[in-house]
Amino acid sequence: MVNILRMTGRYTLSEIRNLGRMFLFLLTSLGHIFIPPFKFRLMLRQIWFFGNKSMLVILLTGSFTGMVLSLQIYFTLRKFGSEALLGPAVALSLIRELGPVLSALMVTGRAGSALTAEIGIMRITEQIDALISMALSPKNYLIVPNLLAALISFPLLCSIFDLIGIYGGYVVAVKLLGMSSGTYFSQMQDFVEMEDIWMGIVKSLSFGLIVSWVSCYKGYTTGYGAKGVSRATTEAVVLSSILILIWDYFIGSVWT
Amino acid sequence: MIEIIDLRKSFNGQEVLRGVTLTIHERELIAIIGRSGMGKSVLLKHLIGLHRPDSGRILIKGEDIMQVCLRDVCRLRERFGVLFQGGALFDSMTVYENVAFPLQEKTRFSKAEIRERVHHALEDVGLTGVDDKYPAELSGGMRKRVALARALITEPEIVLFDEPTTGLDPISLNAIHRLIIRTHRKYQFTGIVISHDIPQIFDIADRVAMLHDGKIIEVGLPEEIQRSENPIVKQFITGSLEGPIKVLH
Repeated sequence: MVNILRMTGRYTLSEIRNLGRMFLFLLTSLGHIFIPPFKFRLMLRQIWFFGNKSMLVILLTGSFTGMVLSLQIYFTLRKFGSEALLGPAVALSLIRELGPVLSALMVTGRAGSALTAEIGIMRITEQIDALISMALSPKNYLIVPNLLAALISFPLLCSIFDLIGIYGGYVVAVKLLGMSSGTYFSQMQDFVEMEDIWMGIVKSLSFGLIVSWVSCYKGYTTGYGAKGVSRATTEAVVLSSILILIWDYFIGSVWT
Repeated sequence: MIEIIDLRKSFNGQEVLRGVTLTIHERELIAIIGRSGMGKSVLLKHLIGLHRPDSGRILIKGEDIMQVCLRDVCRLRERFGVLFQGGALFDSMTVYENVAFPLQEKTRFSKAEIRERVHHALEDVGLTGVDDKYPAELSGGMRKRVALARALITEPEIVLFDEPTTGLDPISLNAIHRLIIRTHRKYQFTGIVISHDIPQIFDIADRVAMLHDGKIIEVGLPEEIQRSENPIVKQFITGSLEGPIKVLH
């Protein structure tokens, strides 16, 4: 019994310590945003890494999400005779909820894992130590450009996801289910407000911070060897995804 | 130049350094020998502040690197050049970009000056025509030479060599040793070489120190170490399985 308590206590303390390290890492990294040198070109490269390289997966998931959403909501609305509300229902679901969450989850799987692996390999091959030995801060070169790039690219990717999703829904509603395109879009203009768009932007901004923070931290603190990198990569994807969902619920419940 | 005083360091309760004391003189080339896992690389990483000791002091020209602020640690690091065990070249950069990197980031040299210095440094280590190659396209020996060029490009006062010949064939090993001697003579840096290369290391080092069980157990001129009566030093140098160091049980 004492052993079980001791083990539980040790595990809890170690997790609290890890959490503290993670937050300290985030705070010092955010602080480095304002400390020169400012690596603008590296940030642009990472925007390309997050943005351009995730485009295909965003286009695919966005269009199919919108199509499925349109199909499912149409049959539900038809039971109440409210098919005309299909456009706003699809748009609001995408803009407020599914766009930010699904695009963030997709980028986590595509770019977040790659980022963790890249930084992790730099750690185990002493490339990060090499930077430090040159009196350069790895935070300026590896972490800050990724944080800023994610903060810029996530809302853009989310907007593309929303847009393509709404058009995916349009294709199903108009071409497949025979709804008029005027009804689909005009109702949307009436129901979607600026606040809904802001909510989507704030969510995707915070998800960008979560994904880049967790991915960079896990790579930066990776264990030894290939096994360490593979574990860090898995942990980064799992933790980012969980935090995205928890944070999504938190914002959703606070921002009503 | 560098004074290491009673340095202690533990990892997860395991004491790796148990009171290392060593003085390194200016412009000498000192080799630190010892069995794998005895803390040689850990000791080296303490010198540039990559590890913080549990206790003890490291004085570089009288400045205690544990007592100075972060800005001063960075200033002290600028005096160092490091050749890491695996080279630690940035794999996303070409050879030219790797060697030019410290100059681009830490100096105000023009592009033309940087180009000239990089080519000069690469020539010093016997490499030409590899500017556009990536580290993955080079052999182990070439990677080490590029790393050496990068370590020396800023003409540091102190150069740390962490097992510079690990994994190299005998010819490349001799080539790296010769490069270390040649560059040491040319740039007059204080060199600390972590090595297992017995007996070659006795030909290149001014002094040799042996680290065993977390402590420096003997330090002296190469011939003194070779003639040492210490049974641990003797066994290590001869590579004998019989003696106080138990390898096979």
